[in-house]
Amino acid sequence: MELTTVWFVLIAVLWIGYFTLEGFDFGVGLLLPFLARDDAERRVMINTIGPVWDGNEVWLLVAGGATFAAFPEWYATLFSGFYLPLLLILVALIVRGLAFEYRAKRPEASWKANWDRAIIIGSLVPSVLWGVAFANILRGVPIDRHLEYVGGFFNLLNPYALLGGLTTLALFVTHGALFIALKTDGEIRHRARRLAVPAVAVTAVLAVAFLGWTQQQTGTAASALTFVLAALALVGAGFTAHLGREGWAFLGTFVTIALAVAGLFLALFPDVMPSTLAGGASLTTTNAAATAYTLKIMTVTAVVFTPLVLAYQGWTYWVFRQRIATHHIPQAPVPATAAR
Amino acid sequence: MDPTDIARWQFAITTVYHFLFVPITIGLSAIIAGYEFTWLRTGDERWLRLTKFFGKLFLINFAIGVVTGIVQEFQFGMNWSDYSRFVGDVFGAPLAIEGLLAFFLESTFLGLWIFGWDRLPAKLHAACIALVHVGTLFSAYFILAANSWMQHPVGYAFNARTGRAEMNDFAAVLFNKVQLVTFPHVVLSAYMTGAAFVVGIALWHLRRARTDADRTLYRPAVRTGAWIMLVAALGVFVSGDLQGKIMTEVQPMKMAAAEGLYKTEKPAAFSVFQLGSLDGSHETFSVKIPGLLSFLATGSPSGEVKGIDDLRATYEKTYGADPGAAYYSPGDYTPVIPLTYWTFRLMMGLGFAGAAVGAWVLWATRRGRTPQGRAVLGAALAVPFLPLFANSFGWIFTEMGRQPWAVFGLMTTEHSVSPGLTTAEAWTSLLTLTAVYGVLAVVEIRLMLTWIAKGAEELPTPADPGLSPDDRPLAFAY
Ligand code: HDD
Ligand code: HEM
Ligand code: HEM
Repeated sequence: MELTTVWFVLIAVLWIGYFTLEGFDFGVGLLLPFLARDDAERRVMINTIGPVWDGNEVWLLVAGGATFAAFPEWYATLFSGFYLPLLLILVALIVRGLAFEYRAKRPEASWKANWDRAIIIGSLVPSVLWGVAFANILRGVPIDRHLEYVGGFFNLLNPYALLGGLTTLALFVTHGALFIALKTDGEIRHRARRLAVPAVAVTAVLAVAFLGWTQQQTGTAASALTFVLAALALVGAGFTAHLGREGWAFLGTFVTIALAVAGLFLALFPDVMPSTLAGGASLTTTNAAATAYTLKIMTVTAVVFTPLVLAYQGWTYWVFRQRIATHHIPQAPVPATAAR
Repeated sequence: MDPTDIARWQFAITTVYHFLFVPITIGLSAIIAGYEFTWLRTGDERWLRLTKFFGKLFLINFAIGVVTGIVQEFQFGMNWSDYSRFVGDVFGAPLAIEGLLAFFLESTFLGLWIFGWDRLPAKLHAACIALVHVGTLFSAYFILAANSWMQHPVGYAFNARTGRAEMNDFAAVLFNKVQLVTFPHVVLSAYMTGAAFVVGIALWHLRRARTDADRTLYRPAVRTGAWIMLVAALGVFVSGDLQGKIMTEVQPMKMAAAEGLYKTEKPAAFSVFQLGSLDGSHETFSVKIPGLLSFLATGSPSGEVKGIDDLRATYEKTYGADPGAAYYSPGDYTPVIPLTYWTFRLMMGLGFAGAAVGAWVLWATRRGRTPQGRAVLGAALAVPFLPLFANSFGWIFTEMGRQPWAVFGLMTTEHSVSPGLTTAEAWTSLLTLTAVYGVLAVVEIRLMLTWIAKGAEELPTPADPGLSPDDRPLAFAY
């Protein structure tokens, strides 16, 4: 395989890592107002992702950095082109990340309520916008022959892209609900289980519509097969969720997201950012790529260190495999005297 | 302002802001790891209390360090897309490797450390925070390698067909001679800053302490902190001196600008303080140390230091002609002199002042003494900020002294900006991020003060041994 193709695959892998992992973090955040009834329950939910959310987010940073290194032109066009959505995502990730850390550090109800809002909005905005962004990449955007995006902001808000946004939103909500069902005990777990089956149904409708539309636009045989497998995994998730097999159901949405993202990348290849402009130029794995020398260095680094990262991240999940319930939450982390 | 200026303001604001938290993360993670291992070795619970106390403050700081870092990584593409296209082949690699080697390590093991108090064996738990520190060092190394390449590009060739700089020697990029002096300088200044943070807080508590137990808790923190600070400061001065020589070699204009030195001098005097116009037309008042600048710049008290006027002529000759004329405008190669002049002095001055306060603290707490009075209070309040702001001024100096270049000799800042960036977009982004950062600063400072004031807590009573491990409350929870 050409090194440029290897890196196209690796970038896809990084995004798969990001969406399968941070996907449930977003889901947990989105479900905060729906599954938890009081502060202790909200803390249970937040603590299910407490030790891991930051590591999950690093998949995004590495995906961004790797794109910069392996496909500088792609990084430049994409990030400068999708300017305002990315700015919104940044602000969302800022307030959300701080909320986890700061929420429990003061006792006042208003303090916590504000940070809860930050978690919810901070999870909602990227959940939708990542879908919008990826749909636009697949659909193609106006790129001139200097590889500059010339479409403006509203060009990004088309029906196909909005459907993409709703699909990622629904997927992440479902993924998060199953994660909560798997990681908690007591009332929250039951609520999450009850929510999961209808959530899978809604997701299935949206995902079939979105992936089908994608397939019809740019699909190949390989992407078709991957999308079908993704749909089957989602059906499997719904079925096992209905049976109360939370582990299998969570695995089901995990595989669904992984396959859906893989299929999108298959449908994209060999372009990385097709242009819709007459006389414009599409970015491809070859014209956007770094030199063979840089790609070689990056490949060696990735081959050596990715397994190591997977090993210790996996181990973290093992260490914190225990279910959490309200009786595990230590009382008042902030004695009232600490608050001024 | 045009989009370039707005983008520059945004870069400066977000980066300086990010780097307020970075040195504390780097320095404090090392110190906390030291506390925890000392506790394990001695069994003395005071070290455990300090671990937990400074651990909480560390987390408050770390959280902002992380979220502001994400902005850094995105804005190269958003605001500086032509720069990214031009340098991506060289510059992207260290950035990506930083993520893979450093950010995963930091974030994963910090999660394990925070939530792992009752889940991991004690030694493994302490190893987690040590690994976080290793992660911060990797992070610093790779990002500084990227930055050093901008100061002094090496290991690449300009490809006229693709119109970009292409890497041909990664080792040269990683072991750039600028990098080899920058890394120690920045990391040691981070140790100095982290230690100063500890000294300030512990000293404040020591002064307020009413019981012997409290005094014996905070005194070792003050004294170990002050020692770390002084040793690190010494390293900062030595590495800074080396940096000065390398800088004179690779960017002579920066040294001349740092001194407001217009005419080439041999030997050159170091200007401690200069009033009047910095345009070199007249000085109204100045204090100079003869020969010192020659020594700083060349290592010999009688060495020649080039002045701005001569350098400008040389630069115009060197860079006025083609190859990559698309990437720079022949024009004025002089950075903003008052800014470089004063930031260089503020960096050194605040650093020296910090080191002096550290030495005074050591002296004042000698042989069990607990100093009282306003001087201690002043020292406690000042000491964390002196090295912290020295860091900011160091960066402003380094980066502004490189102007008008983004990549020295290859690409100007003006040509780095995203061509499609509109003024409206640039303003939206600048104002949004500045407003968010402003609010966060208020929130962070208040939270920090609350937890500082609280002091090191008593250790919690061990969980009911009757409960099975699975039923015990978490030792830590958000
Ligand atoms: C000398 C050290 C240094 C310098 C010059 C920079 N950083 Fe930084 N950065 C760190 C040292 C660091 C750190 C110590 O590793 C941080 C600080 C707080 C933290 O959580 O890790 C960090 C965090 C951090 C994060 C979040 C990582 C996470 O989620 O764990 C990102 C994405 C960046 N940085 C990116 C950048 C970029 C693109 C920079 C250049 C403009 C930059 N940093 C300058
Ligand atoms: C964290 C420490 C750093 C600080 C505080 C800092 C600060 C600054 C400042 C003050 C400027 C000048 C802004 C202006 O022109 O008005 C600047 C420019 C720049 N710096 Fe840094 N910098 C830091 C590290 C880095 C690193 C590590 C990189 C690259 C890896 C970098 C890349 C740039 C670029 C691309 C510019 C040109 C854009 C501009 O002029 O704003 N900086 N930086
Ligand atoms: C005798 C004292 C010092 C000297 C001679 C010195 C020298 C230097 C020089 C020459 C540079 C510019 C390097 C370049 O642009 O190529 C620099 C940058 C810098 N200095 Fe210092 N410095 C001193 C003290 C300090 C102190 C006390 C701190 C902070 C605690 C500090 C933090 C920094 C930082 C963060 C930078 C920017 C990054 C870099 O280029 O290394 N310096 N210093």
